[in-house]
Amino acid sequence: MSLTGGARVAPGTALLESEGLAVKISNVTKRFNPNGPDVLQDISLSVRPGEFVSLVGASGCGKSTLLNLLAGLEKPTSGEILTDGAPTLMFQEPALMPWLTAGKNVELALLLRGVPRKERKEKAQRLLSMVHLDRSYNQRPHELSGGMRQRVAIARAIAQERKVLLMDEPFAALDAITRDLIHEELSRIWKETGLTVIFVTHNVREAVRLGQRVALMSSRPGRIIQEWNVDIPEPRRLDSPPVAELARVITDELREEIRRHA
Amino acid sequence: MPDSSTTYTSTPATDDLGQLESGLDNLETGSRQRPSFKSSLLKLLSPLIAIVAVIVIWQFIVYLQWQPEWVIPSPKAVLDSLGAQAEQDILWQATFGSIKRAAQGFIIALLVAVPIGLALGLNKYLRAIFGPLLTGLQQLPSVAWVPAAIIWFGLSDATIYTVILLGAVPSIANGLIAGMDQIPTLYLRAGQVLGATGWRKIRHIVLPAAWPGFLAGLEQGWAFAWRSLMAAELIAVSPALGLGLGQMLDIGRQLGDMALVLGSIIMIMAVGVLVDRLIFSPLRQRTLRNRGLAR
Ligand SMILES: Nc1ncnc2c1ncn2[C@@H]1O[C@H](COP(=O)(O)OP(=O)(O)OP(=O)(O)O)[C@@H](O)[C@H]1O
Ligand SMILES: [Mg+2]
Repeated sequence: MSLTGGARVAPGTALLESEGLAVKISNVTKRFNPNGPDVLQDISLSVRPGEFVSLVGASGCGKSTLLNLLAGLEKPTSGEILTDGAPTLMFQEPALMPWLTAGKNVELALLLRGVPRKERKEKAQRLLSMVHLDRSYNQRPHELSGGMRQRVAIARAIAQERKVLLMDEPFAALDAITRDLIHEELSRIWKETGLTVIFVTHNVREAVRLGQRVALMSSRPGRIIQEWNVDIPEPRRLDSPPVAELARVITDELREEIRRHA
Repeated sequence: MPDSSTTYTSTPATDDLGQLESGLDNLETGSRQRPSFKSSLLKLLSPLIAIVAVIVIWQFIVYLQWQPEWVIPSPKAVLDSLGAQAEQDILWQATFGSIKRAAQGFIIALLVAVPIGLALGLNKYLRAIFGPLLTGLQQLPSVAWVPAAIIWFGLSDATIYTVILLGAVPSIANGLIAGMDQIPTLYLRAGQVLGATGWRKIRHIVLPAAWPGFLAGLEQGWAFAWRSLMAAELIAVSPALGLGLGQMLDIGRQLGDMALVLGSIIMIMAVGVLVDRLIFSPLRQRTLRNRGLAR
């Protein structure tokens, strides 16, 4: 159970459990500079256990800031954040340790979680084969392609066995084909693990392709201005007509929001 | 709704997605290139070219009889002189005596420098207070400490080790600090997300991430340790201290034996080159290759 900022509510997990939530953000405001603008303003968002929520918004609207608050890398100026255990966070860059092989990178997460030495190697192998990287255990990050690195990063995140996974535009730098495949991979893993996922992207179609729910953020100040439920059956694809259709509606709304700043 | 239990079953690699991905992976990653035997042999032997060139020029100058033999002895005379020392076992005693002292001094320096470097690298207040002092010590040639050390400790091993430490510790500590300064924030944040705190953060994130800068500090620290040792041996000559290359050099000076003087200088350089080729150069290569920094 992690609590950040605001008033400390003692039995936080119980509170979340009683409300049936995995993440609860209540009236969170974030300012980096005491006299500066609100980067995030009065954000409230609740996520149920096992839910996949996509968060979209224009560049610089505060998406990364919100994830950093959730991950405990920053503290909110006011408001309260409750999460079911410390979340894990995937960055836009894979952030693998360059001095370790792919397998050892996964093992590092296991080690830091307290998995005994004897079990680590086998577990890491299993996690790598979950992302179809059975043969990459001994490869170094620089020997892997961008998509493979992000898959190692996924395996490492899963290795932490946290309940909440935060993803900050993790696939933005990938080419279209690689991204398609990694979308399928992520959808499958999410279903297998029952993780709660908050996925940040500025690609609206990606948000619809992956999420059960899409939340749209405004810019300056960052607030959540609208939410959509995605009732599109799997398997979805970026170019499925219903995905494209909903993405169009959300994009129109996003454009409207951007136009306000003209 | 996904199942809430967290069991991870590996999906067989024969499934469609797996096949697609491994196809793409194979297309996107080339085969690994190991340096061939021929190219590593070439790398090992190429410094010989410079050595041969120096000997040829040297021999040519001797051949011109521009200076008498006791001022510029021939390469052969130097070799003979080293041979004579080797026959009396002095050469090896001196060489290994010096290497042993330098190595022991270097290891002690390492044990002293790492905690200092870590403390100053992690704490900006300690850094502000002691950083300039450390840099000042690094600027000061440690041979300047020889007179002081002799007054404090007499002609003893303590004198020698004091001078080595004052030479090597600042370089090693500053190398570690520089390595820590260069750690990309991304690794530290990733480490934080992975739950690395306290000693485990230092052990698993900070030290490995700082290793390239630290290694540069180690190389410089070794060079300073070796130089300081030679200076100390040259100045602090006493039977109590045993034999070293610096002492051998001093014996040559006292006898007016230029061949022995040059021979000792060559040995001092040779040890330096050998330590680089056998220890630091492979470490450097491996570090660059492992991290994808090699060109
Ligand atoms: N550490 C910081 N100090 C001051 N201002 C910051 C800091 N981090 C972010 N900001 C500001 O907060 C705003 C939101 O930044 P953030 O990185 O969260 O946006 P984002 O939605 O993730 O953008 P992008 O889509 O480009 O990743 C920006 O205006 C940025 O300049
Ligand atoms: Mg961002």
